[in-house]
Amino acid sequence: MIKLVGILVVAVGFACRLNTLLVVLAAGIATGLVAGMSFNEIMALFGQFFVDNRFMTLPVVLMLPVVGLLERHGMKERVAKLIQSSRAATSGRVLLLYHALRGGTSTVGLNIGNHASMVRPIVAPMAEGAALAKHGPLAPAEVASIRAHAAASENLGNFFADDIIVAVGPVLLIKGLYDSVGVAASVWSIALWGAPTAVFVLGVGWWRYRVLDRRLAAASGKTR
Amino acid sequence: MTLLTLEFFLVIAGLYVAAMAVQVAVDRTHPKRLGSSVFWALLALVFVAGKHLPPVVVGYAVLAMAVLAGVRQVAAPRREERPAEERAAEAEQLGNRLLWPVVAIPVLVVLGGIVLERVRLGDVRLVEPRHATQVALGLACLVGLGLGLRVTQARPGVALGEGGRLLEAIGWALVLPQMLASLGGIFARAGVGEVVAGIAGSSLPTHLPLVAVVAYCAGMALFTMVMGNAFAAFPVMTLGVGLPFIVNQHGGNPAIMGALGMLSGYCGTLLTPMAANFNLVPAILLELEDRNAVIKAQAPMAAAIWVFNVALMYACVYRF
Repeated sequence: MIKLVGILVVAVGFACRLNTLLVVLAAGIATGLVAGMSFNEIMALFGQFFVDNRFMTLPVVLMLPVVGLLERHGMKERVAKLIQSSRAATSGRVLLLYHALRGGTSTVGLNIGNHASMVRPIVAPMAEGAALAKHGPLAPAEVASIRAHAAASENLGNFFADDIIVAVGPVLLIKGLYDSVGVAASVWSIALWGAPTAVFVLGVGWWRYRVLDRRLAAASGKTR
Repeated sequence: MTLLTLEFFLVIAGLYVAAMAVQVAVDRTHPKRLGSSVFWALLALVFVAGKHLPPVVVGYAVLAMAVLAGVRQVAAPRREERPAEERAAEAEQLGNRLLWPVVAIPVLVVLGGIVLERVRLGDVRLVEPRHATQVALGLACLVGLGLGLRVTQARPGVALGEGGRLLEAIGWALVLPQMLASLGGIFARAGVGEVVAGIAGSSLPTHLPLVAVVAYCAGMALFTMVMGNAFAAFPVMTLGVGLPFIVNQHGGNPAIMGALGMLSGYCGTLLTPMAANFNLVPAILLELEDRNAVIKAQAPMAAAIWVFNVALMYACVYRF
């Protein structure tokens, strides 16, 4: 039971709104100490894991110079203008299209983008541009809601269609664990049983993006 | 031998962060000049030399970074953005050429992911297969940067400055994903998962097939929320709850259980600030005031998807 002290530290730290980096570090130190590690051992573990996981930060660091440069020269404005020429476009439809594209390519293990490379420069400005063309100037809360849903469309497309046709990540992890304890299951059947959820998630996206569109329409009706 | 290693791109990223640290250090208008420049210099050090430094040294560097962030000495600069009218005017002028680099990047990543790992000449490989996607992304970003500089006719310093401004806006949250992954590693080393699985298994009436399914899926979602990562939760919950109860006790199908269990874990990922790279960093990247805005947008979806997973698992796992 005492090993769960780290979870407690995280919960209390988040609740008190302390700096998240410090809270996470403190949780690690507390957990390590109750598990009988010395302070230097814990620091060495943090250092090792931190170095091993540098790749997580890499896409953002390498992508931002390109995004910053193009944004300075008007890329967001250009993207918004492009989408405004399409009459059928709404925020929700833009997001559903991106969700479907992201999910469709991730079934074969391809990764067409992430938050830094697609959502900030392309998807969010498109969704905002579409709403602007339909409903006129947007309130800050509406812009925030569109952007939050744009980030959600990336996550939903990324997570739930993984590996259905070509297994690369999670399916192999499941298979690997089963192999190690002698449980029989084929890669194919694990992958295919993910398919119903992938289809359902697209439906959930369609529902939430439509709710977003309706809210935007209702908000613009009120102000006029 | 491998020609293009992931380490190569990590070093490039580190050198870029180092240049940023210098930029901060000479910026007299910066509100937290000293703290911010030390923070970015330490991060640069970890990126460039992390592999060769003793882990305990990196650990203390990380500790220093967390303390600097904790006492609010890491802040964004006071540099102005370019006025919107100027940007709109230039957007008119450059037109769709502005979009080439960002369209080229995903195309190059996909192509690179397929092609790069197949290139080899005897013992000399172009890339390590397990790093192919990341190396492709690194290459694509460099090509995209070159294209961007060509299209906009800007000096490379402009890209450095603008990228730096965005990175500083993200601030210490940039390294939060790495920090959380480290915490996950320490949890795993200390055996936190076994304790959680033990509590779940012993406190619930898992002799009922439905309870076993709900306990496993809820455990996956909750433990993923704690760890910030479904891959870390999966072995713990599957060995602790899934296999003993659903498969061994009730004769469930392990393929169905594993697939839907992992997907239940992803529902937890949508709900937790611990999955910082999916939920918090995007909120900052998109300049949302509410750091939890992405999680709030995802919450209804996560709930619906989780219920669907549980229903599908209960309907199928004991039948096929």
